[in-house]
Amino acid sequence: MSQPQLWEMPLHALHRLLASGAARAEEVCAAFWDRAAEQDPHLHAFLSVRPREEVLAEAAAVDRARAAGTALGPLAGLPVALKDNLSTAGWETTCASRILRGYRPPYDATVVSRLRQAGAIFLGKTNLDEFAMGSSTEHSAFGPTRNPWDLGRVPGGSSGGSAAAVAAGLCPAALGSDTGGSIRQPAALCGVVGLKPTYGRVSRYGLVAFASSLDQIGPFALDVADVATLLGAIAGPDPSDATSARVAVPDYSEALQSDLSGLRIGAPRELFGEGVDEDVRASVAAAIDLLGELGASVGECSLPHVGYSLDVYYVIAPAEASSNLARYDGVRYGPRAAGDDYVSQFAATRGEGFGAEVRRRIMLGTYALSAGYYDAYYDRAQRVRTLIRRDFAEAFERFDALVAPTSPTVAFPLGSRVEDPLAMYASDICSVPANLAGLPALSVPCGLSNGLPVGLQIIGPAFGEMTILRVGAAFEQASDFQGKRPPMAVLGG
Amino acid sequence: MTDFEPVIGLEVHVELRTRSKMFCGCSADFGAPPNTHVCPVCLGLPGALPVVNRQAVVYAMRAALALHGEVAEETRFDRKNYHYPDLPKGYQISQYQHPISTGGHLDVHRPDGSVLPVRIRRLHMEEDTGKSLHEGVPAGQSGVDFNRCGVPLIEIVMEADVHSPEDARLTLQTLRTIILYTGVSDVRMEEGSLRCDANVSLRPAGTTAFGTLVEVKNMNSFRSVQRALEYEVRRQTAALEAGERIARETRHWDERRGITFSSRSKEEADDYRYFPEPDLGALRIERAWAAAVSATLPELPEVRHGRYVAAGLTAYDAGVLVEDPPLGDYFDRVSGVAARTACSWVTVELLGRLNARGESIGDTRVSPEWLADLVRLVEAGTISAKQGKDVLDVMVAEGGAPEAIVRARGLTQISDEGALSGTVREVLAANAAVVSDFRAGKDKAFGFLVGQVMKATRGQANPALVNSLLRKELES
Repeated sequence: MSQPQLWEMPLHALHRLLASGAARAEEVCAAFWDRAAEQDPHLHAFLSVRPREEVLAEAAAVDRARAAGTALGPLAGLPVALKDNLSTAGWETTCASRILRGYRPPYDATVVSRLRQAGAIFLGKTNLDEFAMGSSTEHSAFGPTRNPWDLGRVPGGSSGGSAAAVAAGLCPAALGSDTGGSIRQPAALCGVVGLKPTYGRVSRYGLVAFASSLDQIGPFALDVADVATLLGAIAGPDPSDATSARVAVPDYSEALQSDLSGLRIGAPRELFGEGVDEDVRASVAAAIDLLGELGASVGECSLPHVGYSLDVYYVIAPAEASSNLARYDGVRYGPRAAGDDYVSQFAATRGEGFGAEVRRRIMLGTYALSAGYYDAYYDRAQRVRTLIRRDFAEAFERFDALVAPTSPTVAFPLGSRVEDPLAMYASDICSVPANLAGLPALSVPCGLSNGLPVGLQIIGPAFGEMTILRVGAAFEQASDFQGKRPPMAVLGG
Repeated sequence: MTDFEPVIGLEVHVELRTRSKMFCGCSADFGAPPNTHVCPVCLGLPGALPVVNRQAVVYAMRAALALHGEVAEETRFDRKNYHYPDLPKGYQISQYQHPISTGGHLDVHRPDGSVLPVRIRRLHMEEDTGKSLHEGVPAGQSGVDFNRCGVPLIEIVMEADVHSPEDARLTLQTLRTIILYTGVSDVRMEEGSLRCDANVSLRPAGTTAFGTLVEVKNMNSFRSVQRALEYEVRRQTAALEAGERIARETRHWDERRGITFSSRSKEEADDYRYFPEPDLGALRIERAWAAAVSATLPELPEVRHGRYVAAGLTAYDAGVLVEDPPLGDYFDRVSGVAARTACSWVTVELLGRLNARGESIGDTRVSPEWLADLVRLVEAGTISAKQGKDVLDVMVAEGGAPEAIVRARGLTQISDEGALSGTVREVLAANAAVVSDFRAGKDKAFGFLVGQVMKATRGQANPALVNSLLRKELES
């Protein structure tokens, strides 16, 4: 086997090359930038890529610092992509929406500052479903992202750009956000590793809000070790986010073991039920067998109320979204439509600025919060949410981690669900419960079905990232998926 | 003809004088150039998140405790959703289901000495909005100044225990004084740090059901609260007597025209789509924390009022001192003299002089200790009351201790009998005709003789002593 190209390598391998002097950050960044320039026209993973000279100048500065013996962060000189709903000072942040076209935030999101602090070099901002509302990245106002495994299929969503970029080697790592599965589902569909941390583990400050009680930022990478490194860099309390938890950040690299003996793993039968493709079920079942071989004791369990997850989610998320998106009125930023007075201008700006899916959710949410309906919808949904939380709490009395499919299907063809919102919403059936319960969940590739990746989802108790990373790392090392990349011919590369 | 009883409920917003805003670190000061006290949080930029200002919570607790409210063990914020250009997030962070305090009351002392208790329903925290600007911007456009946006407010909702416009004004003034004592706001209606809306309805006297509510807004002074409500009571009375139905609506007070006018129909209830603010967790208020805040409260107005009355002041005088905390504090430091005397020297003599000079009690040269010294000099007869007032003139204008002024100007009163009796005899000898008049029964002659003695001593004689010496001489 020939020496891999730089763009094929995971973060930790690149880090070793840089640390040993075998490669310079400038070369590494150039390799990814050039790869992105060559391949992204096929994928449309990026909404904006920084100028090459700017990226390379930053990389060269890291090389000089290294040569001078300066202490460097864990991500020094390594390129990272950011989902375009993370605020970047002076750098357009669109949320893939016309309503934020041209908006340049005056501040950096906390995760952006932390990655910068760790030495990361930002390559570009990735595509998403508008305001992170969707499961295919087809709801981007600027055109869909394609799945590198099959350009006729979706990469999943809403963080489809980040997942596709990492899968195709346009960058070795990326951040996304996950409200109902928006990191894990595209990670599964693109055959990469994605982590949604515990709610409160990572500061949301600067993440353009979709549903505040569910949103969480997390990393994408080629393997679990890299996801652990990225989590370590972005996690931790933030005084600017009152919902960030004052819980110390452990050294996640300690989770990377190959042995699972003594670990109790549960498989909630409700997450293997209706709507889950037979191929996916078989692939995940095989993965569970492998976990048993690695020393874990595996058993079936039940989460009795988890079947209501989608119903609960599609009340709470749109309700919060209807309020979070009320600020886009064209008064202070973004394009402003013409109108005779405030109200008509406001209506025209939002009518033109938001896509159909966003408008649909704003209307759903407004309705759910309206006087006379609040009790029947929002309040009832919150109460069921409490029951789902309780189901998980009970399951974690018996198990250290739960496993399930990440997505009920493999990547579906572009356009196949875009006219059928309910079919699209069903894509989240396995991932939404972790958001409702605020729990950490990891997706690792566990096989291919007709040449398309399947994801294994590992859910942990609150702040149990160590445990799920341990399960993921052990599985990854034993699994035969390791090292599989999208076929290059498909990309014309 | 039916007599109607007004039923009035007040809703009051008080702007808290914290250093920074309710949910961000921006300065909460007034008067800066537009949009200079702003940041991503108070501008509602995408992705920005609120963080509760602890000082604002403490201030809200102080106000709640001063009003005898019950501070919640757990309080939450909610979003109040509505669209307006001065509301950058499209919602206001307020409190709906779990306000920081419920219950409480205040006692309104009317001028006739009677007391009106007014119950408080709830007190909650929220953020202020920006301010629309229609001047200083190009014609046909409006601007928004977000400096005020996010400044902490408390809203105090009172029960409809008030039944006259005058009582409404007095209630608001009483509330203002209480808040002033807590130090959490400068509570100035004219500057908008105290804002009052009133819900007014009428019902036939003697009945208990409520009539149709009309909300009155835009009352910018205590006087306008009373005037607006008087107008509104007259308007509703006339309408009811004419057999009309009162419309449920919001009406604006027009100060210049002296009328209220309909600004919004409320036939359809507002729907603010309140829901719990997901960006802020519940706020637990440990009992020890509430107790610690309570312990820092100063003496409250009603307690102070009681103390003054017990010390012998009239209810009116006590009220004057209580309503003006710096004046009351000054009075409290005029110690060692009778309360009534001290009060008259402070509120009549000193305040009169300060007002004439455009000075305030806070910046006078006359320290309360010196004023007490002055009162003691008069009380002891060392100088006359008239001289005392002259000395006070000097103290106010130039400063200085009263003894020093008395000494420097040779103002000491002659209270020495030996020294005065010689002068008295001289005056009697020089005014034999007047003495005869007196003895013939002309009482007025006595006053003339007193005047002559005072003149001869350049006003320094102790008038009481002069009186008694003259009588003794004349009767001997």
